[in-house]
Parts: sequence; C-alpha cells; structure tokens
Amino acid sequence: MLEQIFSTLFSWATLKAALRFTTPILLASLGAIFTARAGVLNLNLEGTMLAAALGGVLGCHYGGSLWTGILAAILVGVLIAAILAWDGIYMKSNMVLAGTALNTFVSGLTIFVLFMITGEKGTSTKLTSYKMPSIDIPLIKDIPVLGEILSGHSILTYFAFICVFIAAFLLFKTAIGLRIRAVGENSDAAESVGVNVKRIKAMSLIICGFFASLGGAYLSMDYVTWFQREMTSGRGFIALAAMNLGNSHPVGTMLAAMLFGAAEAIATILQSLKIPYQLVLMIPYFVTLIGLIVYAIRREAKIKKLRMSR
Amino acid sequence: MPEEILLMDNITKVYANGFVANKDVTLSVNKGEIHALCGENGAGKSTLMKVLFGSETPEEGRIVIKGEEVKINNPLEAIALGVGMVWQHFMLCPSLTIAENLILGMEPKKFGKFGPLNMAQANKVAQEACEKYGFKLDVTRKVEELAVGNKQKVEILKALIRGAEILILDEPTAVLTPQETAELFVQLRHLKELGHTIIFISHHLDEVKELCDRLTVLRLGKSVGTAIVADVTQQDISRMMVGRDVMLKIDKTKAQPTETVLKIRDLTYKDEEGRDIVKGFSASVRKGEIVGIAGVEGNGQREISEIITGLLPLNNGEITIDGQSIRGKSIRQIREMGVAHISEDRMTYGCSENLSVKDNIISDRYYKKDYKQGPLMNNKKLDSEVDELIKEFLVKCGDRNEPVRMLSGGNMQKVVVAREFSGDTRLIVANQPTRGIDVGATEFIRRKLVELRDGGAAVLLITADLNEALELSDSLVVMCGGEIVAYFEDASQVTDFILGEYMLGLKRMSDEEIGRVCYD
Repeated sequence: MLEQIFSTLFSWATLKAALRFTTPILLASLGAIFTARAGVLNLNLEGTMLAAALGGVLGCHYGGSLWTGILAAILVGVLIAAILAWDGIYMKSNMVLAGTALNTFVSGLTIFVLFMITGEKGTSTKLTSYKMPSIDIPLIKDIPVLGEILSGHSILTYFAFICVFIAAFLLFKTAIGLRIRAVGENSDAAESVGVNVKRIKAMSLIICGFFASLGGAYLSMDYVTWFQREMTSGRGFIALAAMNLGNSHPVGTMLAAMLFGAAEAIATILQSLKIPYQLVLMIPYFVTLIGLIVYAIRREAKIKKLRMSR
Repeated sequence: MPEEILLMDNITKVYANGFVANKDVTLSVNKGEIHALCGENGAGKSTLMKVLFGSETPEEGRIVIKGEEVKINNPLEAIALGVGMVWQHFMLCPSLTIAENLILGMEPKKFGKFGPLNMAQANKVAQEACEKYGFKLDVTRKVEELAVGNKQKVEILKALIRGAEILILDEPTAVLTPQETAELFVQLRHLKELGHTIIFISHHLDEVKELCDRLTVLRLGKSVGTAIVADVTQQDISRMMVGRDVMLKIDKTKAQPTETVLKIRDLTYKDEEGRDIVKGFSASVRKGEIVGIAGVEGNGQREISEIITGLLPLNNGEITIDGQSIRGKSIRQIREMGVAHISEDRMTYGCSENLSVKDNIISDRYYKKDYKQGPLMNNKKLDSEVDELIKEFLVKCGDRNEPVRMLSGGNMQKVVVAREFSGDTRLIVANQPTRGIDVGATEFIRRKLVELRDGGAAVLLITADLNEALELSDSLVVMCGGEIVAYFEDASQVTDFILGEYMLGLKRMSDEEIGRVCYD
C-alpha cells in the first residue's frame, strides 16, 4: 500500500499535473498582487474567475473560435472587477461586503445564465467549447524526464509563467506600478503629489480582473472544456493565500502558487488511493499559516534591527 | 528695499464647530528670508499654514503671492504657485527609494507617454537635486532605511523638486536630534542663499534666534506683531507669545493637602526610535490638592499621563498609588485602584463616538457586581445612574441613547468627565481636560475638578493652557524637554511671563528647588 502510494506520488506525471493545477491559481494570484499592493482588499477573485469561465465557454460557442472565447472571458472578468471598483472604490462600500456579495451574485448568475441558454443547471456540455492548444517545446521535449514534465502543456500554462515577468515589469518598471505601490503604502503621500488615488485603486482591480479571468478561462477551456457550476471551488481564495504567502511579490507568489498546485495534484492522486483527500487538502492551508507566521516573525526582527542600527 | 513675496492679509478662519482659529491675521514674508512663525499651542499657526497650502479655505482675507492676489483651493494649486509644505508627519512611502518618492506623480518615462519608467533618468534628476541643494543622500536607498533627519531631507527635496520657492516647515526640529537640527540649519541657510523663502514654525526661541531673520507672533488666533529677530531678545519674544486674555476665574479655597496618593520617582521613557522623551521625572500628588504640569505639548507630559494610567508600560522608575506600585498592573487593575483618566486624545481614549451616551458612561463599570443581575447587566440600575449623571454633569443630549458623535465637543467631554468623575476616585489624571471645548463646558469641568479636590481626591492636571495651569493648580510643575525645569509650591504667586520663560526653556531652576516637588 505505502509503496504504491509513494511510487504514484513521486512520479514525473505528478509533477506535470502539479504544473497544470498551478496555472489557474498562479494567474489569479498574480492579479491579486496588484490589488494588494494598491491597498485594496479584493475578495472577488473567485467570482471573477467563475464569471470568466462561463464567459469563455459562451464566447467559444457563439463566436466560433478559441480567440472569441478568450476575449469574452477577459471582458466578463474585467467587467466584474469594474463593478467591484465602482462599488467599493467610488461608492465607498465596505470592500469585504462588496466582494463577498459579488461572489454570491456571480455564483447564482452563472447558473441562471447557464439554465437560460441550455436548460441545464449543472454543466454546459451542450455548448461547444474549444481547448487551448498544447505546445511541445523543441529541444526540451527530447530531454528525458525534464521534457516529460515541462513540455506538452497548454499554451496558457506557459503564458501564466511568462505573466510572472509581465506582472513584475508592470509593478516595478512602470509609472502605474510605482503609483500602485505608493498608493498602497501611503495614500496620503501619493495624493499630496497629485496622484489620483481612487483611479489607481480602480486600475489595480481592472488589472487583477484581467489576470484572474485568464485563470477562469483556463478552467473551462483547458482543464475541462465545459462550464460547471462552482467550478472554481475555492481557487480564488487559494490564490489570495498564495499572494499573501508570496509576500505580494511575483516570484514569491509564483512559488507559493506552485506549492498549492502541487498539493492539489497530490490530493487528486491520493483520492484514487482511498486516502481521505480532505486530509491532504488541509496541508496547503496549514503551510500557509506556518508561512505567514514565519513571515511575521522575520518582519518584526527586521524592524527591530533597523531601530537598533539608528 | 526687500521684496514682499507673500502677504496673507487679514485672514479669518472659523471652523465648522464655531471655533475661531484665525482672526484678522496678517503675515508678510519677504523674498529670501527665513521667517519664524511663533505662538503657543492652539495660537493658530497650523491653521494659517493650512490656509496658505490650500487645505483650509478662509472665511475672510486675501493671499497675495509675488504681487498677485491668488485663490488657493487645494494643495496642488499651492504647489503650482511655488508653495511647498514639509509636514511634521512625513508624507513618504517607506518601501520606495528616495528617487522614487521624489518623482512620484511626475515620473520620467522611456519611449513616450505610455512607456516604462526611466529610472536612470529619475535617479539622475534626484541626484542633481541633492547636489544643487546640498543634501548628501544616496537616492537609490529605500526611505525605510533612513534616519529621521534624512527622511526630513527627502520631504524637503520633494517640495523643492516641484518648484517650491516658499517652503513651510512645521516644527521641523521636534523630531530631530541636536546634531540633525544643526545640519538642518546649515541646509536651510544654503536654501536661503539660493533665493528660497522659508517659513519656520517653532516653539524653540533659541532656534528662532539662531536661524531666522524676522518673526511673526500669533496669540489666541490673532497676530501680535512682526519683528526683526536681531532687534529682540528671547524674553521679548516670550512676552509676545504668552499672555492671558480672558480670565476665567475659578473660586477656590486654599488646598488642604494630607497624605501622598501618587508618587513618581525617576521615571524615564524612551520612544520606539530610542529618543529620550521623559528624563528622570519625580513628583508627588497629595490628597486634596491639584498639582499642575505646565509645558508646551510634546515635552513628555502625554507619556507621563499614559504611563500612570497603564496605557504605556512602566519600564524605568517607580510609580506608586497609595503606596502600591503600578508595575505590571493592567489598565483595569490601575483604574480599580481609584485612578481616573481624562486623555488628551478624546476621540481615541476618551469616548467611542458611535456608541451612545449611556454605553460610554457605563464602559468602566458594566462588568462590576453591583451592576449585574446574574449573568446579565442590570439595565434598570445603569439607566437610572446614567440619567442622574447626565443631569448632574449638564450633558446636553437628546437622551441617554443618543450616539456621542452627535454631541458638541464640550458635551462629549462632559460625557467623559461624567464617567471618570463618578467612580470611587482617589487620583485624577487630567490631560488637557478643556482643550477645544466651549467656555461653558470649560468652566464646568474646572469647577468639578476643584470640587473633587475638596472632596479628597488627588488631581494631576496636565495642561498647555496657561490660564488653566495658573487658575486651577495649587502647586505647579513646569516641564521642558522631558524634565522638570521649575516647581512652584504656590501657583497663585506665579505670573504668566515667568511661566512662559520656563516653558520655552529660557530658564531653569536649580535641582534643589525642583527637588521640593517630592515631599519625602
């Protein structure tokens, strides 16, 4: 039994699956970096992803191509983010309430729309959805083991990892990134030099909506090729945890997202081996708690050291 | 003939609650001078500068900059007119570099308007500004790594880089060490040579004397006058600054103090930055007397009141109440020893603005056995007690369920006082008990303090208001720079001029004279 578990767990297929599971979490958590850096509490990743997942399927079905699907997913996701920005930033609603309400709203709305169109309340198997193309990477695919793990993934999986660099560039190398960081840290300081704080916060939500909706599109256009009610199943919140664990830095967030992706892969495999997978699914959250505590301790030590040096 | 760069003519600013912060204040500043703006706490300096910087709109008066009358509606317009503000609380983002903080909002970019940041250009601009104005800073360092003095330099640079010709510094030396202060003065003189005009707000007359060309004094919201610094002595300035206008007479008999209630010995306190805030403070307060601590705010008084009441930890020194040390005791334990506290920070420690008058008053007693019925609160008893207190303390409110935020400042303070003065009180620590409230409430609270004294309470009164210090105190301690600089056994023998000289650090009594504040 134990031997069987280990041989299944520590196979290259597990690692490959881990990268697949990482993709939606990574995309959403990269988005979450922008809102966190701007000092906006965005609890709506889940809703954004879910809406984008349905939007993607509908875009495929009615647009007739993969690209209309992706475009529709992004549009829907950004629209949801814009609603949150309008409500939370401009109308000054409580961000926790606004985000939670929007999650619940999207959850119901997607089922409603699905029922209107297909007459079903569970899955959208009647609709045509397209799958993102997979890519074999030349040279790497011929390397034993490494090729097996790294090659042959969905185009969006590769793009997700490229997005780590895109996010880092946006955040650290552009004026909007600088303003987002300044607003999040000391909005009074930013405002005193003429930065439009509300607009920057709203933009952070829009950018977040963009990344999160790609994560949603991956769920319904690659992971499976249909929409299913509640198909995000908590990934938006896991993404939020990954961003926190990664200290809202793109690279750290990527590593945290990979950790959660790996845990999900392992959990899925253990499921087939009659181990209660809920037990395994607890691990990533437990790891998050430990990670946050370690981070807090290190930050305190750093502050203390800074004070001592004066 | 010096050229007038700024004229604020007959400015009047009345706040929404009716408080007149500035009344016909006139300030004239010449190009290229360092102009001091002096005055006690609450004299209206900050308000006047907020008007100049566009954060407050005056009811009356006009502002003329370089011969042109201007309307300044917000800080951005002030910046565009060449007015820069260096706040006491820095407006900086700690995790960003110096250069990033400097160019925020006006970022140089590569490849056109929507291109990426040109950090090389930003660093160059920042570095050039440092060199031009004589600041020695590594612009690629993060602000969080800087000492306070350097953070202040970044704040000054931020104003200069945006084209500030008139630079306002609001008590810039309050946060600095003596060395940093000396360095700041060198830099400010350099800026003056470059043709900049500086408005320097300070309580420290020696600094004004050392650095400034002319000074304008405000007192109680009015301008007292403008003088050339070289022509006046520190004593002259002190006399212009302090002085009582309205005398609110409080009738009281001579104190009959008996045994010591509060004993403080060698109390010291360092803040998080490691600066000495309280340096070896010792005093005693006896039953039946009011001991006043007078001083300009920020000289350690707040910390002393918060250590006595348990809000700050007692690290070094000893404090006893009725012979019992407060070390290691919780705030509730200290309160149960009979300590009442009126905090200077009414909205944080005094009351909860969204709760009702009742909830605020009962917040220190709801848990006590007398007010409980089994596990529940005895609301009948609490209600009747609250209603009595509302009557006794003349709180003007709809009823006991009205949220405190709906009340005027004076009535809010009466709610605080009703709670604090109605327990079994041995010691009252009253920190700025009548600040910012109307005359009626002020008089009421002062009378109550005397009443409680006559009833046998020991009162420690901390105040920056000279009227209050002199009218109310039986004996008087003056603090400056975290230590006692004077002790008067009989406060009625002290004049405001004498008090002013000690408060502003011009004079200091001998240790022996100060030592008399301890009775044993």
